[in-house]
Amino acid sequence: MKIAVCAKHVPEATAQRRLDPQTKRLDRSGEGTLNQFDVHAVEEALKLRDASGDGEVVIVSLGPERAFEAMRKALAMGADRVVLVSDEGAAGSDLVATSRILAAALEREGADLVLFGQQANDSDGAVLWAAVADRLQRPLISQVAELTHEDGKVRGKRQTEFGYDVIEAPLPAVIAVSDAINEPRYPSLKGIMGAKKKPQETVSLGDLGVSAGEAGEAGSRTVVYALSDPPARGDTVKIEDDGSGAEKIVQFLQEKKAL
Amino acid sequence: MKSLVFLEHHEGKLQQDSLGVLGKAAGLGGEVEAALLGEGVEGLASEAGKHGASRVYVADDVLLAAPLPQPRVDALESLVNEGGHDTVLFAASVLSADVAAGLAARLGAGLNWDLTDLVEEDGRLVGKRPALGDSVYVDVGWTTEPRLALIRSGTFEPAETGGSAEVEKIEPRLQDFSLAARMVEQAHEESEGPSIEDADVIVAGGRGLGGPENFALVEELAKALGGAVAATRAVVDAGWYPYAAQVGQTGKTVSPKLYVAVGISGAIQHKVGMQSSGLIVAINKDPNAPIFEYADLGVVGDLHEIVPKLTELVRARKAA
Repeated sequence: MKIAVCAKHVPEATAQRRLDPQTKRLDRSGEGTLNQFDVHAVEEALKLRDASGDGEVVIVSLGPERAFEAMRKALAMGADRVVLVSDEGAAGSDLVATSRILAAALEREGADLVLFGQQANDSDGAVLWAAVADRLQRPLISQVAELTHEDGKVRGKRQTEFGYDVIEAPLPAVIAVSDAINEPRYPSLKGIMGAKKKPQETVSLGDLGVSAGEAGEAGSRTVVYALSDPPARGDTVKIEDDGSGAEKIVQFLQEKKAL
Repeated sequence: MKSLVFLEHHEGKLQQDSLGVLGKAAGLGGEVEAALLGEGVEGLASEAGKHGASRVYVADDVLLAAPLPQPRVDALESLVNEGGHDTVLFAASVLSADVAAGLAARLGAGLNWDLTDLVEEDGRLVGKRPALGDSVYVDVGWTTEPRLALIRSGTFEPAETGGSAEVEKIEPRLQDFSLAARMVEQAHEESEGPSIEDADVIVAGGRGLGGPENFALVEELAKALGGAVAATRAVVDAGWYPYAAQVGQTGKTVSPKLYVAVGISGAIQHKVGMQSSGLIVAINKDPNAPIFEYADLGVVGDLHEIVPKLTELVRARKAA
């Protein structure tokens, strides 16, 4: 089974995230990492590949050249190769443009299964898979907390506002998994050493047959007008527990007459 | 403006969030229409009329019975193409997010998500979107029509306008690939488990507990405080606690007087379910956890140390 995992290079979770007031885009100059939600998609892909006995896990990403550093973690975990769409013309792509570019890259791979993580850590976006599935004209199951594969079909347990659904789809299909679906493995030393030798390919928009007008700001249909501070909220207090944390909570609750 | 509002329904009832968005669309003015897609749903159209829709398109089709996104994209595509709507609005949910994004790709239209308001400014429609854990507000817009928007859940309260809607039946043509995914077993409301929506005090546990056995810590504290126990999506998905106790975007929305978050990082999906709580107290070992940005009191430390001690102190206080 050939599985493609769509993965994103995002700023480190501990880094101070900010929007650049000039470009109004996320400042991506700091340290980057593999989107933590995508790590679960990588893990699920590896499990499915290994259970099926043969096949391949390819990581497909859109981002700057240095996104390879982040994707190397997926290789160290056991993914087979990386395809990175890297092109200045793709910067600033919104959902419409990003889904077009990713779908073109995925068409080229022709995977049986395309996996997404639950959301992007930076933009809080949790919709890309549905746009990609529509462009690929493949069945979609999102918010999947449990995934099984049998007889050319996948079955996913989907969590919605009303509980759990069970949905089945024939391959090829697009699946977005929740971050509770598995406990991702840590890369082994051997995996980390071997990652550098695995194929890492860069493709341009031209390679994918995506024109300049279909990508980046030109290919996007949404725009950011302005940034502002959120409305002020009440004071928040953060303290380090020095052994008196529980007492301080009780004190606080009494002050607020909540106890 | 000519808007189309996607109406979500479950077990014979329109979702409150959909009605709220309908009311918002009516407030923005112009023509407001709605799409009601499912099986045996025509009876819900009058409710939509009362909440601001002048016309409701109803598709009654067994193929639309299951709440799956892709056939709904087909139906909305032809509605928007024929109806010429310049704005299509969705109340965010698992289903409608997938429908909206699929429709955006299909129509080559712009989609803005997680909006907490929509306003007309300088002759253009502007969406307000909190970003980066609500630390910055972004004004977003669209460069072409139709403009697609997902509104954050719980944003607009439904309000009756007292109008009535004309019902127009439609028979959408559905694509083969849209019908390839099949509902095997549909969720039904779980009646068992604690009722957390009416509780004055809630103690909630997250992945930071480390394992299902540690929910006992949360339960003990809840008992001492006379409150109910809640859980995050991650621990519910992992099977540590029942779905009925889940707080957040795909769970319950609660607003107790006191919310104690134990081992919860507080990502936006959780926040939307509990942010209107009176007091929020958080205990987490990660000083960078987003919950500390909005907890009234945050304690950075080991919950295994703090929670049992807190339970003892509360018990002693109540006994005194």
